[in-house]
Amino acid sequence: MNIKINNNEFWANPGDTILQVAKREGIKIPTLCYLSDLSPTGACRICVVEIENGQLVPACAYPVYDGMVVQTNSKKVRRSRKSIIELLIANHPQDCLVCVRNGCCDLQDLAAEYGVRSYRYVGEKRSGKLDLASPAVERDPEKCILCGRCVRMCHEVQNVGAIDFVDRGFYSQVAPAMNRSLNTTACVYCGQCIVACPVGALREKSYLKQAWEAINDPDIHVIAQVAPAVRVAIGEEFGMAPGSITTGKIPAALRRIGINEVFDTNFAADLTIMEEANELIERIQSGGKLPLFTSCSPGWIKYVEHFYPELLEYISTCKSPQGMQGAVIKSYYAQKTGIDPKKIFVLSIMPCTAKKFEAGRPELSVSHTEPDVDVVLSTREFARMMRIAGIDFTRMPDEGFDDPLGESTGAGVIFGASGGVMEAALRTAHYMITGKDMDRIDFTPVRGLQGVKESSIKIGNATLNVAAVSGLHNIDHFLEDVRNGKSTYHFIEVMACPGGCINGGGQPLPSTPEKIQKRMEAIYEIDRSLPKRCSHYNESIKTLYDEFLGKPGGHKSHEILHTHFTKRESI
Amino acid sequence: MRSEEVYKKYPRNEASNMIAMLQDVQEVHGYLPEDDIIRVAKHLNVPTSRVYGVATFYNQFRLTPLGKHVIRVCRGTACHVKGSLDILNTLEAELGIKAGETTKDLQFTIETVACIGACSIAPVIVIDDKYYGGLTSKSVYKLITEYRKKEDQADKA
Repeated sequence: MNIKINNNEFWANPGDTILQVAKREGIKIPTLCYLSDLSPTGACRICVVEIENGQLVPACAYPVYDGMVVQTNSKKVRRSRKSIIELLIANHPQDCLVCVRNGCCDLQDLAAEYGVRSYRYVGEKRSGKLDLASPAVERDPEKCILCGRCVRMCHEVQNVGAIDFVDRGFYSQVAPAMNRSLNTTACVYCGQCIVACPVGALREKSYLKQAWEAINDPDIHVIAQVAPAVRVAIGEEFGMAPGSITTGKIPAALRRIGINEVFDTNFAADLTIMEEANELIERIQSGGKLPLFTSCSPGWIKYVEHFYPELLEYISTCKSPQGMQGAVIKSYYAQKTGIDPKKIFVLSIMPCTAKKFEAGRPELSVSHTEPDVDVVLSTREFARMMRIAGIDFTRMPDEGFDDPLGESTGAGVIFGASGGVMEAALRTAHYMITGKDMDRIDFTPVRGLQGVKESSIKIGNATLNVAAVSGLHNIDHFLEDVRNGKSTYHFIEVMACPGGCINGGGQPLPSTPEKIQKRMEAIYEIDRSLPKRCSHYNESIKTLYDEFLGKPGGHKSHEILHTHFTKRESI
Repeated sequence: MRSEEVYKKYPRNEASNMIAMLQDVQEVHGYLPEDDIIRVAKHLNVPTSRVYGVATFYNQFRLTPLGKHVIRVCRGTACHVKGSLDILNTLEAELGIKAGETTKDLQFTIETVACIGACSIAPVIVIDDKYYGGLTSKSVYKLITEYRKKEDQADKA
């Protein structure tokens, strides 16, 4: 069928919305409540366009029909959009200067684009109480414009439903059940609501103050660790193209900020693979619980603890790479260097908000009293830190990570993309079982941004059924099958965030599917470019086992690198 | 109906029964206790936040128990002109609660209504089923004091 937009004729599919056709043809229609791939709600009306009978309709939710005539830039449309923005602003705190989203806010952008130059409407403002209680995600309902993006993300994509619309009319707000704080709900702290939020109503809890205090204390030895997905995303914060690889600039910047040593979480990812591949093989050979689910994604772990606690024994007992790195620093490294672990401050730079919660889990700590990871900063907070320190990230030289916990292989870096942990584990499991590497190191069936990727792989005499899943709503039918004893899988990787850590809740904003694609490509480019691409060839890992841990799955490894998770009740 | 019967009456995992189920729960308790909101959510396999969202959206649902005496203050036009705001303020101050709330001793609940339809005796309030018209701040204060006295005597007896 054909429709006319702004006097130009375009071809359209039945079932397309006006917005979809316009996007395809490069005609910009502003949106606020719209989230691609999720059900349109037409709640904010900012995308109104005029159709042939003079009616204003929301482009995001209005289906096209043959012969439709659309104006996206009529006088009526412009006036209407500007009024909508002015009304949204009228019920907003207007505290842009002190807002965490200053310069990165859809509402601010729209006000600028439509030339709003005064506060035309003045009236009563909605009030709501700040929710700062959780260790990872904060809510500021007064900034909320009720677009509902976070609600759809939490319900439709993450299947958690920690927040929803509460009350009605002027008193509506987005809140957890009984208006409680997020920390008393089943919120998994994935932070996808923050990624979805067009304004500053949802944000990560910032730990910059604690980080600076440690850095400024001469008695404290500050060690940073940097997750794989940070190095392919942080450049965006400084105007670099999405997918820019900045592996070397990060340690350079951290040293200039005053960090004493910079270790690589990729090292710990390699270590995780040694333990997890070993665990997989042990479970297969000894008839243990299968499928084995990965345990790297703290949002996923909390999801199982809340919603499927009876399946916790299927989860790998391996700590996450962040947890392993912290544990190794406060045990092996402290012992090796003679530094009192109490004087070591581990600062993680993560693409994740749930890692902030994970760091405080007592069951992950070697001492069971002091946390192994002291503070977790998101990629965004790290960028803020550099700006405060006056560091021009784009001009940082390429420097390496510090030994003995800085060496890593391609298997470590691909943890950053959905399917990466699976692929890295298979590379090493193949070697552990057969004594030689896979003919082709690349295991592409589990790559890509799709929510579910399934495959089979022959290792020795055994055929393993594997799956890589991201976006928590995709995991439920796998879990139901396990619950009903019908699962035929051996190994399932789960990442809470759609696409994996490259799209984590702590990554640079705004996030778009194109940027996520570029970040993923960069991850695999780093893997391809490294001389070593399998965790079992990491020399520092070998040294760590020789000097300290013994062997994968051994007694000491279990003490330092493994943990268990427990059932969580909440609303 | 008893509470258990409500949960027996509705099949599990059928979210479309949510409103009917909440109505029945309210029938049992006079309001929606938090524990039941959580239980309904588990029963229907929907997030608690969604049940709470529905419960707070519709006016018919109460989240706090009703007092023994429900005081409805007419805030319609005629009553407003005749000073119903003063009546409401007096009641709120005297009972220490806002409209929509219940006193801690569960004796009184204040509600406002748009128009009771008794404009000829404005300003008017209804306590339980009894209408009181032509009120002033003074007379409404007296009225409440009398209700309290009665309750105190009933307690002693």
